[in-house]
Amino acid sequence: MRFEPRERVPVWLAIVAPVLAIAASLLLCSILIVWSGESVFGSYVLLVKGSLGSQFAITETLSRATPLIFTGLAAAVAFRAKFWNIGGEGQFYFGALAVTWIGTGLIVLHPLLLIPLLFIAGAVAGGLLLYVAVFLKTRLKVDEVVTTLLLNFVVLLLVSYLIEGPWKDPMSLGWPQAAPVVDEGVLPKLLDRTRLHLGFLIAVGAAVLVWLLMTRTVWGYEIRAVGYNPEAAAFAGISIDGTVLRTALISGGLAGMAGVSEVAGLKGYLTLDLSPGFGYAGIAVAMLAALHPIGVIGSAIFLSAIFVGADSMSRSSAVPSYIADVVTAVSLLMVLLSVMLTRYRIRRS
Amino acid sequence: MEEILKLAGITKRFGGLTANDGIDLSLAEGEVLALLGENGAGKTTLMNIIFGHYVADEGHVEVHGRPLPAGSSEAAIKAGIGMVHQHFTLADNLTVLENIILGREKLWSLRQGLAAGRRRLRQIAEQFGLQVEPDARVGDLTVGQRQRVEILKALYADARILILDEPTAVLTPQETESLFSTLRSLVEQGWSAIIISHKLHEILQVSDRIAVLRRGRLVGVVPTAEADRDRLAEMMVGRKVVRPAAEPQTSGEPVLLLESVSTRGPRQDDNLDKVGLTIREREVVGVAGVAGNGQNTLADIASGAVVPADGTAEVLGRRVRRVDVRTSVRAGVGRIPEDRHAKGIIGEMTVWENLVSEDLRRPPFASGALIVNSAAGRRHAEELIERFDIRCPGPHAETRLMSGGNLQKLILARGLSREPRLIVANQPSRGLDEGAIAYVHGQLLEARRRGAGILLISEDLDELLSLADRIVVMYRGRLREAGGEAARDKARIGLMMSGQEAA
Repeated sequence: MRFEPRERVPVWLAIVAPVLAIAASLLLCSILIVWSGESVFGSYVLLVKGSLGSQFAITETLSRATPLIFTGLAAAVAFRAKFWNIGGEGQFYFGALAVTWIGTGLIVLHPLLLIPLLFIAGAVAGGLLLYVAVFLKTRLKVDEVVTTLLLNFVVLLLVSYLIEGPWKDPMSLGWPQAAPVVDEGVLPKLLDRTRLHLGFLIAVGAAVLVWLLMTRTVWGYEIRAVGYNPEAAAFAGISIDGTVLRTALISGGLAGMAGVSEVAGLKGYLTLDLSPGFGYAGIAVAMLAALHPIGVIGSAIFLSAIFVGADSMSRSSAVPSYIADVVTAVSLLMVLLSVMLTRYRIRRS
Repeated sequence: MEEILKLAGITKRFGGLTANDGIDLSLAEGEVLALLGENGAGKTTLMNIIFGHYVADEGHVEVHGRPLPAGSSEAAIKAGIGMVHQHFTLADNLTVLENIILGREKLWSLRQGLAAGRRRLRQIAEQFGLQVEPDARVGDLTVGQRQRVEILKALYADARILILDEPTAVLTPQETESLFSTLRSLVEQGWSAIIISHKLHEILQVSDRIAVLRRGRLVGVVPTAEADRDRLAEMMVGRKVVRPAAEPQTSGEPVLLLESVSTRGPRQDDNLDKVGLTIREREVVGVAGVAGNGQNTLADIASGAVVPADGTAEVLGRRVRRVDVRTSVRAGVGRIPEDRHAKGIIGEMTVWENLVSEDLRRPPFASGALIVNSAAGRRHAEELIERFDIRCPGPHAETRLMSGGNLQKLILARGLSREPRLIVANQPSRGLDEGAIAYVHGQLLEARRRGAGILLISEDLDELLSLADRIVVMYRGRLREAGGEAARDKARIGLMMSGQEAA
């Protein structure tokens, strides 16, 4: 058996393949559901109801998708340039630190000024954190996979130190958490009695902007060129280091904005469990979307629906909510497999 | 003579392309059969079918009258077929001996294996006059020596039929000579060989019979004694092709001026050592040399991609002080890179995106806010596709699907349409077929007529002799003028290429 690259990928295949991949992964995961003694169909119905079955469920899914869109975009931009930013989690928390530093009383402005300022601060923080990895990569040729990954733990320890120590909220009754964001900095809710906040619209806007950046601007052209073929890009006069730096600042900035949106939009204050791994999940989001910025919106909502739905399913059946992690992992593998099958055909030798 | 290898009705298709179409061919014992054809004629595919890398869709291969199992390199080796690939398959960090016994001797008694291997290797080397140092690291050997190791490796595995895929592409004329005498010694002792090439004069020199392939079909088989150069060329291409030749011109102002230029890059082999060179308008300076003697660095210096560590480089009258390809290109440098696929184009991007890659940050393709004007890019691409006869579905086609000749047209269109005053052409016709080579040469000579000075780097001496006004030779980062008698003497240039003769 061998793989031969296809000369042309048929359109129907490009559309059908990911759908089949998702279906196959749900089918595979039903083995686990059977194992836990529940009906497969009933469980999936519960899952869909829990994530999309009511207005409240939908708003929960969308608010959970918000940070995933940001971190998914962060990974999509970086991976397009073949810059392997595995540090979305660290940049997320760095953005959250920035918003906590500025937004909890240091500066109080009208919301129309303060909210943009918080997002800018978070983006700068995330970008600066990633700049460390870029510096080490371009100057000393240290692999960014290692540095970005390890920085995640450094940042988590820093957050832990700050919220147990100097930044600990005196009003928190001893819980390790920072002071809440001032009212002027809190993102307004989009719907009453739900948790869906302005961050979702900002995330969608960011996706559109990133898409325009990648397709319509010189920077986007250069990012793609460097990712596809750095040698040819350099030959054409594109600065590789400069492009990697710009890519990293955009990518880190987007991940930092995820942290801002969670602190100022959802939770209100910084804790150590602010992110259940949004930074890492962003990688899956980006890969599921084949690195397409608009696709990131869809794949973030899909994964978020699985998580929200699995939570609700686990409350009313014997299937544990960990099924969501399994579905995510299996569907990622399946989608990657389907991408390969769309690009190559299998031949018997 | 006894028939040792037979191909019967071999057909191989890749998608819509028929790479081999019902090919019947036989090889006799003690014979050198040449397989002649342009790139893409199906030579390598055919050999890969014999060697089991591909499986034929139809037809079969017989060795000594017994059918050869399809799709198994192991069976081919066992049947006595040895293949010397165009790109060597040796481990650079192992010694010659280790490379040769790899997979042949048993690994659990390595020391014994090595000793036995050393004895056999010495015996084979003596039998065919193939001298190599068994304990030398392959990475330290010259290309010619590595090829010798490949041949020894095949002979060590008891090959009776050697298949050599473009064996002379990377050799100096002297190394080619030595390879051919090895081949003669092999066939005298009863071995057989198939040699794949598109170089007519070499094939006429070494082979007994010539099989010509064109677009996957066997056009004819002729005994070399009865073969005629022009007739073969016509069989190969399917029509008469005349490469254009340079006409004399008076040169003008210098466009490239190098004075005692040295570089200190990370790779020692690529560095220049006190290189002095002047190229004037309407002058083609040919740089001969075996690949990897500093030619690429010379090209980079001339295009502003590398700054000399010592000495001065002036490109179009401006001293090169910092790496800035865009400024050089804007000032009037047109470039043809040595590796189309790796350096010349970005396969995943479209034709128009590749055509504007050098001018991207400038109007009309980008406006002040760095927004790409794709409409202007497409119009520009449409015009160039027309003018340079680039065969592609349109500006939006992905470039990775294009043929080598068309890619080179795209690169020429990008580099030459701006009417540059200095052209840096690094291996501009490597791997192209005759028709495409004639096109590239025509474009270069046209640019020269318009007044461009051309730095032409090539491994093909015939190309240099037909285009260049002056030939210089690079060896280990040094540049020497092939002046006087040597200027038009291939053998002398060949010696200079291997560092054996001071000019």
